Amino acid sequence: MRIGSIELTPARRTTLMRSDAVQRLLAFAALIVIVVIFSLLSPNFLQFDNVVGILLATAVNGILALGVTFVIISGSIDLSIGTVMTLSSVMTAVFITEWHMPVPVGILAGVATGALAGLVNGTLVAKLKIPSFIATLGMLNVAKGLALVVSGLKPIYFNDTPEFNRAAMGSVVGGVIPGLDIPNLVLVLFGCALVAGLILTTTVLGRFTFAMGSNEEAARLSGVNVDAWKMAVFALAGVFSGIAGVLIGARLNSAQPSLGQGYELDAIAAAVIGGTSLSGGEGSILGTVIGAFIISTLTNGLRILSVPQEWQTVVTGGIVIIAVYLDIVRRRQQQ
Amino acid sequence: MPGAVGDLLVEMDGISKDFPGVHALKECRFDLHRGEVHALVGENGAGKSTLMKILAGVYRRDAGRIRLNGVDVEIPTPRAAQLLGVSIIHQELSLMPNLTAAQNIFIGREPRRRLPFLLDEHALNENARRLFEGLHIKIEPETKVAKLAVAQQQMVEIAKALSHRAEVVIMDEPTAALTETEIDELFRIIRKLRDDGVGVVHISHRLEELKRISDRVTVMRDGQYVATVDTKDATIDQIIRMMVGRTIYEAAPEIPEVVDPNVVLEVQGLSRGRAVRNVSFSLRRGEILGFAGLVGAGRTEVARAVFGADRPDTADIRVHGKAARINSPGDAVRQGIGYLSEDRKRYGLALGMDVEANIVLATLRKFLRSFGRVDVRRTHAAAQQLVERLAIKTPSLRQKVRNLSGGTQQKVVVAKWLTANTEILIFDEPTRGIDVGAKSEIYHLLNELAHQGKAIIMISSELPEILRMSHRIVVMCEGRITGELSGRDATQEQIMTYATMRPPVAKAS
Repeated sequence: MRIGSIELTPARRTTLMRSDAVQRLLAFAALIVIVVIFSLLSPNFLQFDNVVGILLATAVNGILALGVTFVIISGSIDLSIGTVMTLSSVMTAVFITEWHMPVPVGILAGVATGALAGLVNGTLVAKLKIPSFIATLGMLNVAKGLALVVSGLKPIYFNDTPEFNRAAMGSVVGGVIPGLDIPNLVLVLFGCALVAGLILTTTVLGRFTFAMGSNEEAARLSGVNVDAWKMAVFALAGVFSGIAGVLIGARLNSAQPSLGQGYELDAIAAAVIGGTSLSGGEGSILGTVIGAFIISTLTNGLRILSVPQEWQTVVTGGIVIIAVYLDIVRRRQQQ
Repeated sequence: MPGAVGDLLVEMDGISKDFPGVHALKECRFDLHRGEVHALVGENGAGKSTLMKILAGVYRRDAGRIRLNGVDVEIPTPRAAQLLGVSIIHQELSLMPNLTAAQNIFIGREPRRRLPFLLDEHALNENARRLFEGLHIKIEPETKVAKLAVAQQQMVEIAKALSHRAEVVIMDEPTAALTETEIDELFRIIRKLRDDGVGVVHISHRLEELKRISDRVTVMRDGQYVATVDTKDATIDQIIRMMVGRTIYEAAPEIPEVVDPNVVLEVQGLSRGRAVRNVSFSLRRGEILGFAGLVGAGRTEVARAVFGADRPDTADIRVHGKAARINSPGDAVRQGIGYLSEDRKRYGLALGMDVEANIVLATLRKFLRSFGRVDVRRTHAAAQQLVERLAIKTPSLRQKVRNLSGGTQQKVVVAKWLTANTEILIFDEPTRGIDVGAKSEIYHLLNELAHQGKAIIMISSELPEILRMSHRIVVMCEGRITGELSGRDATQEQIMTYATMRPPVAKAS
């Protein structure tokens, strides 16, 4: 490389799997390959109803993954997103069904619950300096327990408010383009993804998310209020958990207090498959969405091929290991 | 910018700083004019970086005063320093590798769009581009810092300092990782800063470099101010004399007389990246071979490569005249080589375990009974014997190593290697972090081991220690061996000259 009139040592060797953009491309190619293979193996795979099924399955996990993407890029981890989602859906149900509040208030309550839990996570990590793995593991159990306590161990149904379920599962798109009955839930996913993408790439919050994950000390020395922004990142993840909670409640027409644990791992997997680095500082919303689709497509396809549930889990686990390994290989080549 | 070239920018006076157990700085002073390059030199541990970190708000002073532009100031944080116009470029660059050059420069001060939470990426890149153009640097603002070479990353740091309107720019060993041409480019930029009226502090080990770039030189030694001279009036020899001119250690050398002619270890053409370049040396039975040089000269890297902890690019290592394949520390141990690392706590000892367990840890296989059970009676006897032989001061063999003093811990590590019948012992900074009393015991131990026929490599950054202990001294600078001296008639000045010498080979390549 020439700088001015003199020779500088060349920048580090460019290699095949260099940037997260490449990982994103790889993930997208993988998604295409998966779709092609399953549609060859089963004629039912590309049926409209099945595709809608995949989209529905992606919606909740995808939105959780959006939030955790921010946390991972900032150099932390959030294990509590799954059960915070559950707590949020229970809170929505309590507001709507038990306290007979209007549906929008219930939705707001759910999202607020998620935000609050996220803020607590952020405080534990940023102010009390508890490692995020431990702090959010604690929150995982706190939220799980609270969901059971608040709901009285039983599912709460939204039977008095059928419009709640209808709003999520109905289809605005189908109204405009007859036959294309894509549930509104799916639109919420894409809407959230769009907003998340804009936050990550165009706002101060997004910039500091990358900065903290890249070199927290350098960010601090540059005058960035790392503690406050870290709390904001966790709160944002909480907001997405809250939205996911509202959506899963609407979709199931009930708040299921025992659901939710394990969702965090699928969401983290989606982010990692999409090129978000567990070491922080790298990642993208597009990648995470693709990652979420890979997981749901894979699960769906395997189910169509009548692969037993337990083997589906084995396969998703294997995919995550491969994705993380690719990330490590990439990292090693960069050094 | 107020003030003219030559005005006093910084005055530091009577600055003292204590760290637990160490007087890092005693009554130091320093001043800096507008539009000058002021070099700060001294041996390792002389306090150069500490003094400058106080100016940059990284450390707080215990005593003394700092005046900027004639006004007394407190500099409690790096942020405060930045606001006062003082920027430091640390030796380990503090950039965020996943962000672009422009994003790094303006982190926390990004230009915003009409909605204040939205970033104006275009303005950001334009501002960075203008900064780079002002310095005549060709770096694309949108390039991620991870993709830039070290020299370019440094330029980004400099641009960042300037974006803070820094009047004082401190560079902590900026040339350590650069090639000759990159240094030329850096110096061009330093001169430009100087001509624009910035005061530049240049901390360096490389004395011939000072002649090229600095207007004045301040010498520090043992945390104290020695002198400030105009660069053009001083010779490198004079500066070296000021750097090393102490007498406290000048006790009679403890070098034992004769050295066995048997070569135990022979290393030829050892290279590893830029850290170790074509290093060759030999080590005889009963000899202490000192490895001198400044921090970062590549001595530890040589030791680690010989020990198999890092894989060298090329190497021909012979043990007792036979070619030895050493691909892992395990191989080295089998060849009878032991490495006592600088950081005993991290690499040398299991701190939570007791003295006996640590001593036999590496050689547990020798102490097994049937079914893999440890023969406690024999481990106990072996450990007891070594505790007596090395005079390890421990209340019992059951004492946790964590609770022992630094010097005693060092002895436990030695005992561990002796159980492995190690013939070649590499000591990396054996007395670092050890108080003066324990040091002489370590010296005694090294002499004793040499006397018993062990071959010893001692890496040390303390010149008096090297002079006192070594039969022969190898001096390294920037990965190469720049000189070899006999321990009997070497002087600190000679070692310092070799240690700051840019290897002549560098120019040929």
